Amino acid sequence: MKIAITITAPQTDAPADPRFGRAAAFCVIDTDSGAREAHPNPALEAASGAGVRAAQTLIDLGVEAVISGAYGPKAHQVLAAAGLGLYLAPAEVKELDALIERFQSGALARAETATNGGHAHA
Amino acid sequence: MPEPLRIAVASGKGGTGKTTLSSALALVAAGRYATRLLDCDVEAPNAALALRPSLSEQRAVSIPVPRVDEARCTHCGRCAEVCRFNALAVTPRQVLVFDELCHGCGSCVWICPEQAMSESEARIGMLDAGTTETGIDFAQGSLDVGQSSGVPILRALKRWTPAAWRVSPRIEIRDAPPGASCAVVETLRDVDAALLVTEPTPFGLHDLKQVVAICRELGLPTAVAINRDGIGDAAVEDYCAEQALPILLRIPLERHLAESLAQGNSLIEAAPEYREPLARLLQGLIELAEAPR
Ligand code: SF4
Ligand code: SF4
Repeated sequence: MKIAITITAPQTDAPADPRFGRAAAFCVIDTDSGAREAHPNPALEAASGAGVRAAQTLIDLGVEAVISGAYGPKAHQVLAAAGLGLYLAPAEVKELDALIERFQSGALARAETATNGGHAHA
Repeated sequence: MPEPLRIAVASGKGGTGKTTLSSALALVAAGRYATRLLDCDVEAPNAALALRPSLSEQRAVSIPVPRVDEARCTHCGRCAEVCRFNALAVTPRQVLVFDELCHGCGSCVWICPEQAMSESEARIGMLDAGTTETGIDFAQGSLDVGQSSGVPILRALKRWTPAAWRVSPRIEIRDAPPGASCAVVETLRDVDAALLVTEPTPFGLHDLKQVVAICRELGLPTAVAINRDGIGDAAVEDYCAEQALPILLRIPLERHLAESLAQGNSLIEAAPEYREPLARLLQGLIELAEAPR
């Protein structure tokens, strides 16, 4: 399974970034093979809609689950519409290995909440 | 109908006394010329507080936002890719449109290879107009809460001729939004001269430079007014000298003035002694705007 964690620099050993839309980068992890790739977050350049752009980036990367500190309403809406699992990284856990382990053992809480800030036109 | 002479009053940040000055300038101008004031600060219009117009006309402003026909959409992602404002997201099953991020540019509709998109009008704000007791034609634009782009409102504001207005103003004064955003550029784009209000502090200088850069880019005759003159340092002054920016007005920091303005009085009510300097400021701006370039 392919998962993504928001990270503070575009390196596979960077610590977790608590922000989603304005995270520095994403670490995409293949939990089966253990392979990791760091992708800079193109939404950092965005004047508006950073959350939407970041969410689109992860959808295009084929990620199935995301781990971050918090999700804005638009990002949450897009990721949920694409069927991704959204998990919350506890503030004190910064290390990717620790987060992956917690994810795999089912210890991470799901981000269920999002105030509805946009409209879906299905 | 002859075009009015257009003067924009701008500043790099809020709280520099920009609106105080633009409304005072309009009052002084109205004593001699048919004058109109446009409040272009669509996120927080407040020139009406100083000028107290009776607003008699109203108009909604809308932009064309995309709607997706999911039966035709192949979820190719082209529309989201082309949208500079990140107002679209394409998931494998649906396209999400965030109206409040959309600027109505039409790029997505144009690029969609399946003709799966159409446009629908969505309201983003409104315009109000009227006249003041002092005879100023007044209009303001305001952006609805949560909307992101003031530019379409400004375009509509600039084009509007409300029925209540007199036919042909000689002077149009625009109270620009604070900062150096797209909305500031849209306000300044077609004016004849710009007056930049600043404070003689390092922050004031930093913000001033950003607006000066916009004015230079647009090729605008530009002058400066220094508010709270006497605080801070001489860096703003040195910069103006170096850039050949005339300083047409200085308003020293005076407590009674600040208090009176805070109570919602116009500058001329608060300090009648400014009538003369303001008349000279207006004259200076008109000369700047009409000087051969
Ligand atoms: S460009 Fe057209 S076909 Fe492609 S995802 Fe957007 S709406 Fe659908
Ligand atoms: S009209 Fe322009 S701003 Fe609006 S969604 Fe389409 S591309 Fe984005």
